[in-house]
Amino acid sequence: MEPILKGRNLVKRYGKVTALDHCDFDLYPGEILAVIGDNGAGKSSLIKAVSGAVIPDEGEIFLEGKKIRFASPIEAREAGIETVYQTLAMSPALSIADNMFMGRELRKPGFRGKWLRQLDRSAMEKFAREKLSELGLMTIQNINQAVETLSGGQRQGVAVARAAAFGSKVIILDEPTAALGVKESRKVLELIQDVRARGVPIILISHNMPHVFEVADRIHVHRLGKRLCVINPRNHSMSDAVGYMTGAKVPDQEMEMA
Amino acid sequence: MASQSDDYESVVKVKREEAVAEFRDDHKGFVKTVQHALHVTPSLVPLIVLIVSIIVFGSLLGSKFFSASSLTLILQQVQLVGIVAAAQSLVILTAGIDLSVGAIMVMSSVIMGQFTFRYGIPAEISILCGLIIGTALGAANGILVSKMKLPPFIVTLGTWQIILAANFLYSANETIRSQEIRTEAPILQLFGTTFKIGANEAGQGGATLTVGVIFMLVLVAFLAYMLRQTAFGRHIYAVGDDQEAAKLSGVNVDGVLIAVYALAGLICAFAGWALIGRIGSVSPTSGQEANIQSITAVVIGGISLFGGRGSIMGSLFGALIVGVFTLGLRLAGADAQWTYLFIGALIIIAVAVDQWIRKVSA
Repeated sequence: MEPILKGRNLVKRYGKVTALDHCDFDLYPGEILAVIGDNGAGKSSLIKAVSGAVIPDEGEIFLEGKKIRFASPIEAREAGIETVYQTLAMSPALSIADNMFMGRELRKPGFRGKWLRQLDRSAMEKFAREKLSELGLMTIQNINQAVETLSGGQRQGVAVARAAAFGSKVIILDEPTAALGVKESRKVLELIQDVRARGVPIILISHNMPHVFEVADRIHVHRLGKRLCVINPRNHSMSDAVGYMTGAKVPDQEMEMA
Repeated sequence: MASQSDDYESVVKVKREEAVAEFRDDHKGFVKTVQHALHVTPSLVPLIVLIVSIIVFGSLLGSKFFSASSLTLILQQVQLVGIVAAAQSLVILTAGIDLSVGAIMVMSSVIMGQFTFRYGIPAEISILCGLIIGTALGAANGILVSKMKLPPFIVTLGTWQIILAANFLYSANETIRSQEIRTEAPILQLFGTTFKIGANEAGQGGATLTVGVIFMLVLVAFLAYMLRQTAFGRHIYAVGDDQEAAKLSGVNVDGVLIAVYALAGLICAFAGWALIGRIGSVSPTSGQEANIQSITAVVIGGISLFGGRGSIMGSLFGALIVGVFTLGLRLAGADAQWTYLFIGALIIIAVAVDQWIRKVSA
């Protein structure tokens, strides 16, 4: 099977620090790939390189076999790669619908949209409501509610819904459960599985081993700026994974398939 | 999952039906309802204050205040502040501040006048030049703020001095007299053209509107539409709210900032044109108070100085509140200092209300 998103020999240096050291990366269609690694292992740089937030110094990235080079996250987004950042990247004072369509607003058809540049609010609200209920975010009474009035889990839910609604090829989730309570994390994990059930592959960056082992199909272990190994969570324990991550244990084989 | 040693999450796993991320709208009592209403419509406070102050002054002063001519006089007196406050609102919505608004206004009016009278350029073209230069000065602010990443306060503090000094140097501190403008280039005074509605035969009483007043109202209506109904408007709010988030969610932050400062410059240039209409002459020393007055109107109008919150209607109401207090207290024969005292108190109250509205999560 051909990976949907593939990185080869990626190098990223920040001054004297080498964050990515000839690193490879593979994401297969329809899977949840968790990326784990110690702090400073280069996880974020890897994710930023594939999501367009940083431009790698060397190496190549392929999306569906075609070579790509993103200059900004906006370009990656246009190619169908959506990222849910740890900070969520939402404007607190704006509404749920405004946030979901930020930067890709729908305009009214005809004269009012073309010449008066008028936004098609009802269409955007309808779409936002549909997407939120599709992901089981239940009955939204007020889609025009400001995002800051939502709880942490609800905000995360809206951010995931936004990515799921527009991410046609790949969805990247950066620490989606880090700031959440136990129940809210649960909800987000369910959302992640719902998204996978619809066939969109997901890259999940997390420090939470139980969550990673619960939802991931494969686990990419990142160490010292490169991919140490990819393991199947069914054949390894959490302590194995932590061992590989920290260097306490050496994996038997480099690549395992799901 | 070999080492799911302590399955501490099993308790929450089964309770799937529990609605964690549900959007419920609880009934929260009167105060919360008011807070929510203000959160959704932040211009409500200044509107209420405006109506109450009109009623109070109207009942104290009777027909002296509560007449078409007095009320429209307020509109004439606030037209410049209203136009400049509209420009200031846009900038403050992006979490910036523009201290150079007054300087750009005066500079533009001086250019319109000097180009016409010093170089003999047709007044229409001089006006166009004034508008273009105003826009360019605004865009320069925008570029310094967005590309150079300098704080807006510092940038505009600098450009304020630069533009004002350039204005005095260029004009050689010369005033173009009203008489000359009226005979040679009346279009410069276009914004001062008045309409009387319902006046008696001697031309007394009735409502008096000027082109400047109508321009102010149309401008605010246009900007309100732009801010609410277009993507550019939503982006202005997003940039002011959380610049980093806006960038990550696909907003061209630098482009929005430059466009906003340039648009503010253009509006200030129009204010410069209106300034000629208001005072009749072209004077490089006029309009110095526009900075503070515009910021006052914006703050009283409920636009948050921290950006991203408020509506442009609010700053129009804010300007009108100042106008109502000024005229009302003058008609009541009070010392003009009372006006400043009340305005000062209103500013502090407005900011306190803004802080309260922000506490929505409580």
